[in-house]
Amino acid sequence: MTDNVLSWMTFFPVAGMVVVLLLPHDRHSLIRWVSALATLPPLLLAIWLYANFDRTSSGLQFVEKAPWIPTYNIQYFIGVDGISISMVLLTALLSFLCIFASWGIDKGVKGYFALFLLLDTGMMGVFVALDFFLFYIFWEVMLLPMYFLIGIWGGPRREYAAIKFFLYTLFGSVLMLLAILALYFASEPHTFDMTQLIAQSGKYGTSALAMWPFDRWGWGFQHVVWMALFIGFAIKIPAFPFHTWLPDAHVEAPTAISVILAGVLLKMGTYGILRINYPMLPAATADLAYYFLGALGTWNIIYGALCAMAQKDLKKLVAYSSVSHMGYVMLGMASFTPQGINGAVLQMFNHGTITGMLFLLVGVIYDRAHHRDIDGFGGLAAIMPVYTGVTAVAFFASMGLPGLSGFISEVLVLLGAWQKYVILSILGASGVILIAGYLLWTIQRVYLGPVNEKYKSLPEINGRELFTLVPLGIIVIILGVYPHAILDLLRSSLDQLNQIVIPHLS
Amino acid sequence: MDQPIQTDYLRWIVLLPLLGAATNGLLGAQLQKRFGKGLISTIAIAPVLGSFLLSVRALFDLVALQPEQRFLIDRLYTWITTGSLNVDVAFWIDPLSAVMILVVTGIGGLIHIYSIGYMHDDNSYWRFFTFLNLFTFAMLLLVTGDNLLLVFVGWEGVGLCSYALIGFWYQDHVNTTAGNKAFIVNRVGDFGFILGIFLIFWTLDHQGHGTVSFREIQKFASLLKNQEIWGGGVATLATLFLFVGATGKSAQIPLYVWLPDAMQGPTPVSALIHAATMVTAGVYMIARLHFLYSMAPLTLEVVAVIGVATALFAATIALTQNDIKRVLAYSTISQLGYMFLGAGVAAYGAAIFHLMTHAFFKACLFLGSGSVIHAMGGEQDMGKMGGLRSAMPYTFWTFAISVLAIAGTPLTGGFFSKDEILWQAFSSAHGSPLLWSLGVVGAGLTAFYMFRQLFLVFFGNSRADHHTQEHLHESPKVMTVPLVILAIGSIAAGWIGLPEVFGGSQFAEWLEPVFGKPHEMAASEGPELLLMICSVAVAAVGFFIAYLMYYRGALAPERFSSLAGGALYRLFYNKYYVDEIYQAIFVRGTLLLARTGAWIDQHIIDFIVDGSAKTTAYISWFNGLFDNYVIDGIVNALANITFWAGGKFRKVQTGNINSYLYVILGAVVLAIIVRLRYSS
Repeated sequence: MTDNVLSWMTFFPVAGMVVVLLLPHDRHSLIRWVSALATLPPLLLAIWLYANFDRTSSGLQFVEKAPWIPTYNIQYFIGVDGISISMVLLTALLSFLCIFASWGIDKGVKGYFALFLLLDTGMMGVFVALDFFLFYIFWEVMLLPMYFLIGIWGGPRREYAAIKFFLYTLFGSVLMLLAILALYFASEPHTFDMTQLIAQSGKYGTSALAMWPFDRWGWGFQHVVWMALFIGFAIKIPAFPFHTWLPDAHVEAPTAISVILAGVLLKMGTYGILRINYPMLPAATADLAYYFLGALGTWNIIYGALCAMAQKDLKKLVAYSSVSHMGYVMLGMASFTPQGINGAVLQMFNHGTITGMLFLLVGVIYDRAHHRDIDGFGGLAAIMPVYTGVTAVAFFASMGLPGLSGFISEVLVLLGAWQKYVILSILGASGVILIAGYLLWTIQRVYLGPVNEKYKSLPEINGRELFTLVPLGIIVIILGVYPHAILDLLRSSLDQLNQIVIPHLS
Repeated sequence: MDQPIQTDYLRWIVLLPLLGAATNGLLGAQLQKRFGKGLISTIAIAPVLGSFLLSVRALFDLVALQPEQRFLIDRLYTWITTGSLNVDVAFWIDPLSAVMILVVTGIGGLIHIYSIGYMHDDNSYWRFFTFLNLFTFAMLLLVTGDNLLLVFVGWEGVGLCSYALIGFWYQDHVNTTAGNKAFIVNRVGDFGFILGIFLIFWTLDHQGHGTVSFREIQKFASLLKNQEIWGGGVATLATLFLFVGATGKSAQIPLYVWLPDAMQGPTPVSALIHAATMVTAGVYMIARLHFLYSMAPLTLEVVAVIGVATALFAATIALTQNDIKRVLAYSTISQLGYMFLGAGVAAYGAAIFHLMTHAFFKACLFLGSGSVIHAMGGEQDMGKMGGLRSAMPYTFWTFAISVLAIAGTPLTGGFFSKDEILWQAFSSAHGSPLLWSLGVVGAGLTAFYMFRQLFLVFFGNSRADHHTQEHLHESPKVMTVPLVILAIGSIAAGWIGLPEVFGGSQFAEWLEPVFGKPHEMAASEGPELLLMICSVAVAAVGFFIAYLMYYRGALAPERFSSLAGGALYRLFYNKYYVDEIYQAIFVRGTLLLARTGAWIDQHIIDFIVDGSAKTTAYISWFNGLFDNYVIDGIVNALANITFWAGGKFRKVQTGNINSYLYVILGAVVLAIIVRLRYSS
């Protein structure tokens, strides 16, 4: 199994899906347990991968390569390095936990878990694929189940949300496909192999195109392709102004799907930029990062936090907090400093665990009270003290409280950004005040205050729910105290990635 | 100082209270149910006493060393290394942090013990002690952390505990609002603090020595000289950034607003966090980075001015307040102002000295007020007290001693430390007669409002209702013994820092390895004594007015409160309306921005998104019509010729949007590629 560890991790869930499809549709419990068993091996392999990952190497590891469609030079080419390893771990962990968070699904159980497992394969594939064509296939494989999971198992406005999600993402996919083809035809010989595309990055023209408006902006081939890819990825992050699908999708999606959406899918945006835009189009990256990652990321931080403050729906608030927190990732990666880029990728991981917790926590209360109106609760701390305690850990981690994981990544991002863009760093840092504001205000309205008589007899958080939350909570605490548990994995590759772009900075 | 002595017990000073917090936090609810509250308080107090004993050991270890070698370190592991940033988890003790850990664990320990009695009837006993322990841990981390980032962990950690304890009785909306206010206002300060760290790190890094460790910063501090950013000195800007943090944590203008509200927390919390320890963190931070502050005369000036302004400003508010704890809260803000005045004239030792004596007498005052509130059944309005002297002798005597100390009565702790600050404010190179005289005016106000409180609470006839009067009682020993110890400290703590006139300060000598020799001020005994007499005389006036007004009743308070048509009194009583102004500008302003953002999302961005989706839908509908009637018409007309082609077209029209898109896409791709190939 360890020879093809990444293939196993990627395709085991889809094998589980086949088994689920063969089961009778009314055997709910069996379907759930089969799904849990289908996501467990990837998690165990992820732990094995964590132990055996060479932290000193900046190159690709656990590589598997075979010709696939030789006519077009398409390969089955997968592997991990410091850019993707943390995301692979996160995907394996959240997928496993989310099976348990989906336990309460009782409508179309078979279909739900089958699609979930397909989604798992798609996500894992995106993070391990090193052939651009393969990457795109996985990207699309992941979108389809997501559309159905929101559209069928979602809340009252699920169809609007699902279509909005789909159209936004399709728009992004189209641009991405254009860019992929452009790079394919620009390479010689034509290839989808990412390593070769990177090696040829010097060939992609940077001189201004004789076409309006690119001639005015001084944009060359690289810039145009960069932009097409960027918009595709920015929709996923989601970066302003492409973010409005997120709150709707989150509000309608079932809990586990929200966790996957915020925990894994959003990261694909920033991951894609790091994996593709940075090394393949380094000159354009150097030219455009300030505006489209640095400044836009800072705007995301502040705008997202302000929007979060105005929300009345708890899930929407968490969704907007994601917009805000992903802004830190963008700002950090735009700085091209070791602190900034390491902080950015660490923030991707931390946001996955912290926001995962937040959505799970919202799910716990939604399952009991059947609404998420922030002003409709009050005094939950007295009714559900354990639940409130876990919530406090997640909320304060989200606030970047030192000692918890979010602090490390945010401080690295802001420190890294300071060297390049002092003003952006200051503005980004001011975001922590807003974040504290809306989170504390939320805690006060939902958990503190006099007990709301209506919810006097709400049951305390149960064992299954704790099982999904506690592992994430422990990771949040460990990474706050010992961030090198993840940072060590990232460093070599990310430093090398910086070195590709830095020569192009003017 | 080159080779610090590695030890392996300093970590336990910090970590023991964390163990207590973890145990009570995770198991406390169960333990309390099964074994009672005694176990909870034992789990909480034993680690603090352990930390105190280890702190004493550290003190003896330091004393045994040569003054310039008084430096212990305990390095645990590397916390963060990224690029040139290298941050250790390491604790260090030098004479300065030794003073701080003794104050935190010593006075903190007493307050823990007092809480056994004060919190005895509270069901969330375990939660109280969890946060009290967690606070002690964070505070110890703050004063022993060997680098700025680790100190920042403690800095925000104490803020968290402060938030949790202010809102301890969380079912009351007022309490949780006060907690939120404390945390958010402190976040504003922390924002400045972290920027200060960044600026120092990068400025040193550009010269090859990026670091956040105190020792290294001190070693390379000279590199910050002559470095400029935005037309100002880096040292000035960095110290100002850090000072923003100090104004938050130590409740100085303009960020002091959270502290009076913080009195919503249980009284032991007010004593420990909001008087003796946490709020002094800003003073400690400046003292810790004294070498940077001394490089930035402009910052020092700002610190001194903010300090003395806060001292006066808060004192005027304290004159008029009727809530027993609010008076003490404004008094704390005012006294912290004195500490910053000391720090601002580069008399760091004097500031730390006042920090220490203040910890004793202010903790004693707060705990005393807690004892009073306890006896009065929760009443905090001084207008309903009076005559408590006979019913509560221990509380009265200890309170009275502390009032003497804070008012600067000669030979008490507060006298020596405040006098030292005032003297330095006058004579230091950064001082001026103006700073001194403002400080003296503040001392007069302090004497007035503190004696006013003493007389209102303990003297005269009781103004309480009958029921309360019957239930008046002295507090149990577990509360009065800490009071007595603190009262003794309020006097005795001053004697280790005698002025030059009376033989010189051992305290200053102790801190000399940290701050260097105090400024040489030979032949200054004459003026020092004279100034001392002046300030004592002003304080005596304050006392005398309070005596006439509230003891003898010979002078009606209205004589003063009706001055200027009562406008001045209303201004003081309503705290200069600062809360209202902040509410209107910052809170409402932010909420307005928030709602604007949400509105833009819903009505502008989504309008465009939904609009373009709808437009596309209309176009395809129109397309469909076109297909059905125009194309199909032609197709049908030519059906017999091109029957197979018609079938194909029909497939297109019933196909989904996807296939349309991909066809369009393919065409566009092709077009762009052709365009690009030929143009580049």
